[in-house]
Amino acid sequence: MRALNRKLLRDLSHMKGQAVAIAAVIGCGLAVFIGARTTLYSLKSARATYYDRSRFADVFTGLNRAPEAIARRAAEIPGVAAVDSRVVEGVTLDIPGLDEPAVGKLVSLPDRGEPNLNLPYLKSGRFPDPNRGGEVLAEEAFVSAHGFRPGDSFEAVLNGRLQTLTITGVGLSPEYLTTIQPGSLFPDDKRFGIFWMPRRQLASAFTMEGAFNDLTLSLMPGANEAEVIRRLDRLLAPHGGLGANGRDQHLSHRFISDELAQLRIMSLVPPSIFLGVAAFLLSVAIRRLLSLQREQIAALKAFGYANREIALHYAGYAIAIVALGTLLGFALGAFMGKSMTAMYAAFYRFPNAGYRPDFATFVLGAALSFAIGIAGVAAGVRQAVRIPPAEAMRPEPPPVYRPSLVERLGWHRWLAQAPRMILRELSRRPLKAALTAVGIAFSCAILVVGNFGKDAIDYLVAVQFGIQERQDATVTFHDARPVRALEDLRHLRGVTRAEPFRAVPVRVRNGQYSRQTAVRGLGPERDLYRLIDTRERVVDLPGAGVLLSAQLAKILHVDPGDTVEIEVLEGERPTRRVPVGALVEDFSGIAAYMDLAELNALMREGPSISGAYLAVTADKAGGVFRELKRAPAVAGVSLQKVAIEAFLDTFAENLLQMRLFNVAFACVIAFGVVYNSARVSLSERGRELATLRVIGFTRAETSAILLGELGFLTLVAIPLGFAIGYGLCRFIALAMETEMYRIPFRLDDSTFAFAAVTVIVAAIVSGLIVRRGIDRLDLVAVLKSRE
Amino acid sequence: MSDSPAPSIVFETRGVTKVYHMGEVSVHALRGVDIQLLEGELIVLLGRSGSGKSTLLNILGGLDVPTDGEVFYRDRAMSRFSEAELTRYRRNHVGFVFQFYNLIPSLTARENVALVTEIAPNPMNPADALELVGLGGRLDHFPSQLSGGEQQRVAIARAIAKRPDVLLCDEPTGALDLNTGARVLEALESVNRELGTTTAVITHNAVIADMAHRVIRVSDGQIESVETNTTRRSASDLIW
Repeated sequence: MRALNRKLLRDLSHMKGQAVAIAAVIGCGLAVFIGARTTLYSLKSARATYYDRSRFADVFTGLNRAPEAIARRAAEIPGVAAVDSRVVEGVTLDIPGLDEPAVGKLVSLPDRGEPNLNLPYLKSGRFPDPNRGGEVLAEEAFVSAHGFRPGDSFEAVLNGRLQTLTITGVGLSPEYLTTIQPGSLFPDDKRFGIFWMPRRQLASAFTMEGAFNDLTLSLMPGANEAEVIRRLDRLLAPHGGLGANGRDQHLSHRFISDELAQLRIMSLVPPSIFLGVAAFLLSVAIRRLLSLQREQIAALKAFGYANREIALHYAGYAIAIVALGTLLGFALGAFMGKSMTAMYAAFYRFPNAGYRPDFATFVLGAALSFAIGIAGVAAGVRQAVRIPPAEAMRPEPPPVYRPSLVERLGWHRWLAQAPRMILRELSRRPLKAALTAVGIAFSCAILVVGNFGKDAIDYLVAVQFGIQERQDATVTFHDARPVRALEDLRHLRGVTRAEPFRAVPVRVRNGQYSRQTAVRGLGPERDLYRLIDTRERVVDLPGAGVLLSAQLAKILHVDPGDTVEIEVLEGERPTRRVPVGALVEDFSGIAAYMDLAELNALMREGPSISGAYLAVTADKAGGVFRELKRAPAVAGVSLQKVAIEAFLDTFAENLLQMRLFNVAFACVIAFGVVYNSARVSLSERGRELATLRVIGFTRAETSAILLGELGFLTLVAIPLGFAIGYGLCRFIALAMETEMYRIPFRLDDSTFAFAAVTVIVAAIVSGLIVRRGIDRLDLVAVLKSRE
Repeated sequence: MSDSPAPSIVFETRGVTKVYHMGEVSVHALRGVDIQLLEGELIVLLGRSGSGKSTLLNILGGLDVPTDGEVFYRDRAMSRFSEAELTRYRRNHVGFVFQFYNLIPSLTARENVALVTEIAPNPMNPADALELVGLGGRLDHFPSQLSGGEQQRVAIARAIAKRPDVLLCDEPTGALDLNTGARVLEALESVNRELGTTTAVITHNAVIADMAHRVIRVSDGQIESVETNTTRRSASDLIW
């Protein structure tokens, strides 16, 4: 090995503490980058393969009922590649062990051959036999939630008639990567399931022979989707078409697309922070090394080493540290990617969701960290190499100190000697001090960001279920019912309150902007289901006019006072212009609300309701739900609050894991920054500190001068970290906002406290390690060696 | 040297001046220096600290460039060397010995020498070079395990291992006591004698002048006198 490389290795092993600390910061940044990106890649490619193999449709629409000939006409629309007509019906399920009724969605399968589009993937068992009644293929989520197996059966109310359904197999579908009931925030696999049934059986139960009520289309490459949708809507309007949508509005597709978008942000924001901090640490460490080796550089030049060789030699330190960090990042990133992919695979059900790390991400990650490493040391190395050899031979001129600002202001009378030294040191190199503080601040910020998700969900649950939706259960009827149905609900033993609602599918339009949604009509008494504004104040419904979700108003580009066009997509399908009363804050969806009577008037119908919000006494809830299960008019009962709690329980472990990652990462940064700064200061000021020891300062007093500086910077860094964390959370909340979700911007005090305490502890631990260095200062040797 | 034909000139300076600008102050380190160094000669540059002798040595060694005047190395005008040419010149022709040794602390004696032999065109074996300065038994010691005199001898071994044309020594005994200083000078003397390397030694110690072929006295950036020693003392006979 060449002598110069030997020198590199020995010097590195001398500064191994620093090298490892910096490599760890790089490793963490790279780990998040690789973990998130490879997960993104794995999910994207799993989704693309799945969509492709299962022929996932491009356009989806529901309708009331149309003869099969209409499907053939849809296939003739220019740009359409294939159509698949189906019968899709909602049913109530009576699941043993579940008091409340569950909701099932029955989807027809062709009696012969496979569907043209949206092929279910058979995971176990077999497809149902069209010649045998009551056989279904069940979607995996529901099956696992209840521990069903092929051969098990349960009862369902099909079109008012109780029937036993037998599970013949377990399936997956590209349409239901996650099974979320329309209008829900989270999946509730216990109370909502998808089932496939032979068309003959399903059609005869719902008297839909020779007809269909659901149509999906695939498009030819380059087809104009908007135009196809327009023509399709026109074709289906006489048949009760509910308005077609592309994939972008498809619930499951949108859900996972949003998730992937969030992963993308995750693959960019934290790694940038980590690698930025690493570049700074590298630059500080290498500058110190260069200044310590000033005379060695001069000697190398005197021997005839060229500037390039010397620069490469010193760049070698950075390269070695970055290489170590990169290996660490590769290993940790692959581990993170694997566990994140597994976590997503538990939520999004793919037939093929393996972890498939892509080579390109690793190459890109390595290139990125090497670029950062070179950027961190380039300036220092260039500067050191440029010093003329004769000048480098002389010791560095003593640093210039000036009275600090505090002293210039005359406040120093209150300062003891040690704080004065600390202040002068800080004001001598304000940029380094500031960057150190920023580095520590970022670790604090990462901790704040790490807990933001939890705070946001806590707040969301508190507002949505504490202030907004206070009902115990929501009952939905199959069709609109006369108002007296409400009385039946009120008379159930255990129901203390029932408030009606009417839900109507509509398309809301403002000029070129439009969205398909449902208008919810609410009764005059609204104690269970309330609407609130941005400041959590209850909003009243306008006498005439519609309330919009802030999100929907944004999409439609309308403000309160403007008018929107509402096109009803059922019944007589009237279209009306309605003024926008006010905006409501909700966290999900794109809802619209009206006064119940107003909505019925708009529909040109008498007083009718689609369902009701119920308050139920806890001990009688079981009885109420059992009654509802048997009521043929009831399409479903949803217990959102229970569902969310169950959902959060399932994900608590994952949240905890992510939080642990965050804490570990933040500690690595805090430790890396504090430890490095302390090491560098110790090396720069060893002589000065040893002198203090010689003239009689105690170890504690000497440490106080060195560590006091870092303590001061840490204390400055914490509020700065709060501010950065606050800004980052704000950015993340905005960046992650989608049509489906609005992430509430909310940070608890405990989050800030946790971040501050963690940073302080990390700083103290690294301070203590460096303090051992101060305690071990060799007083005589330090004073003897010349500067 | 007296009985051989006229030796060729290795270095010649004509009116070399050097001005350092330190903040608002200008320091005239050299004010018109004219000297010649001859092939195979051991020359001592004598002067008090601050007299400009180190500056002169740095310029001869290609570590610094003059503000004005001409420097010739074997008829080549060094003042017109580019940085790359200066590097090549140092690499191939010059051996340096510094007052504070400038060893690389993380490398052993042998590796410190190898640092130079690895980039020289016709080097000695590092072990041979160390043997030449009497350190054959301490090849694998780190600088921190060697005495000051031993460290300086490693530095000399490092300087001669490339078989330089000139050996430039800046206060080589400045940091050493008498006995160790004498051993270091003996090493320099034997290199000059046995390898015929042109050697320039800077010192403020007039006693050392006795071992030189010629003594150049430098004072206040100018040449005060040039004397030829009629009788040279060997390094071991120097009277301190």
